[in-house]
Amino acid sequence: MKKYLLITICLLVGLSGKTQDMLSLLSDSTAKMKEPVTAIFKTTKVINLQSVENTAAGVFDFKLGHRFGFLNTGLKELFGLDQATMRLGGEFGLTNDLMVGIGRSTYEKTLDSYFKWRIIRQSTGSHSSPVTVSAFGSIALKTIRTNPERKNYIVDNLFYTGQLIIGAKINDGLSLQVSPTVVHRNLTLNSAEKNDVFAVGAGGRIKLTRHTSFNVEYIYILPDQISTEFKNSLSLGFDIETGGHVFQIHATNSTSMIEKGFISETVGDWADGGIHFGFNISRVFTLWRPKKK
Amino acid sequence: MKKLILVAMISILWTGAITHAQKYFTKTGTVRFVSASTLEKIEAETKTANCILDIKTGALEMAILIKSFNFEKALMQEHFNEDYMESDKFPKATVKGILTNLSDSLVNGVKYEGQFKGTITIHGQSKPIESKVTYSLMTGSIQASTELKISLADFKIEIPSLVKDNIGKTVDIFINTKLELFKKPQ
Repeated sequence: MKKYLLITICLLVGLSGKTQDMLSLLSDSTAKMKEPVTAIFKTTKVINLQSVENTAAGVFDFKLGHRFGFLNTGLKELFGLDQATMRLGGEFGLTNDLMVGIGRSTYEKTLDSYFKWRIIRQSTGSHSSPVTVSAFGSIALKTIRTNPERKNYIVDNLFYTGQLIIGAKINDGLSLQVSPTVVHRNLTLNSAEKNDVFAVGAGGRIKLTRHTSFNVEYIYILPDQISTEFKNSLSLGFDIETGGHVFQIHATNSTSMIEKGFISETVGDWADGGIHFGFNISRVFTLWRPKKK
Repeated sequence: MKKLILVAMISILWTGAITHAQKYFTKTGTVRFVSASTLEKIEAETKTANCILDIKTGALEMAILIKSFNFEKALMQEHFNEDYMESDKFPKATVKGILTNLSDSLVNGVKYEGQFKGTITIHGQSKPIESKVTYSLMTGSIQASTELKISLADFKIEIPSLVKDNIGKTVDIFINTKLELFKKPQ
């Protein structure tokens, strides 16, 4: 009797061993792989500020920015809808971590060019980083004469921006970033203004659905650098992503869409209705495809 | 009596050893999928699918890491993981089932056709699946391939109305594996 019992037990043990997950026999090589965190933001811009995202290698991103006039211009200007300022631009990913871009704004007929280099990428797994860190630099050239009474040198109309962008996807629904910035103006409005303006930008997004998000950004200018007519930039908006396009619609008190403008020359006042409605359109084109791994 | 028990235990251990010898596996299986719509062809491939087959019982299991799929367009890959497959929430797709009418003795180089019945799990949703599998023994390894057609709606992969013309509603999946003899747990 006993022996049958034991044999039965042995058989049962043997059988139960067989029903286990066969795949667990293969050691899981993927579990500890370093994995970059993707889609921290939907596009390379939060609203006006550069986001921690880069255009991928070989991809051209066509950028169209549009701002209507100020809301407080009243019915005569159809609350700003009669006026418009635009920026046409494009950016290109040289590698997955380095992109370059150019653009031209109707506002002060300004040309701009820039690069963004992702130094550290947020990742999970072994040797991971909790944040993405990027460096951004731009040069802008204003091509209208602002002061007819003095000789205009080209260097007078050059503006430089240096920025460090530190951002992270906190969880699936929330991404945050902060960007310490310096804007250098070769020529200021008056001698009381500083040539270098230091500011800190902060931006974030909350995902509403898998294809839309709510974005906010605010840029704080450190005190006693520029004349008091200039305000801190505050923008609120939505991202709507449809495959290759990202539509960004927003309200902002900044008129310009380039760093030297929206950081150091924002005149709109939210409390006073000095708000622009506007949108950015981003459309990507894959120009060349990276070699398959 | 003690002898008998010993024999019984040894024979069971032995069976265990044999069953190991009857398993074939790979960690470099190829899985490609294509979805064609009027506007856009969506195509991606991975070469890191894990697969294990017991040729005695016909039990077959497969696991595919969703993030390992490579697309030609970087943004498409990002949207695939972020918006459609939710790869952080559902990192793997799995296939589990039985390959029936397996031949008892495989002859080198001869093509066989088997019927696979099982469950496929994608995006956290499981569905029964059946498919024809062609396989052949090639000097110690088993070459096996199959094609599946799935519907995105079955797996709760939602397509927003804005892009519904860009994305096909069904996906063809091509699986190709070269399974090597499984020797010991690694």
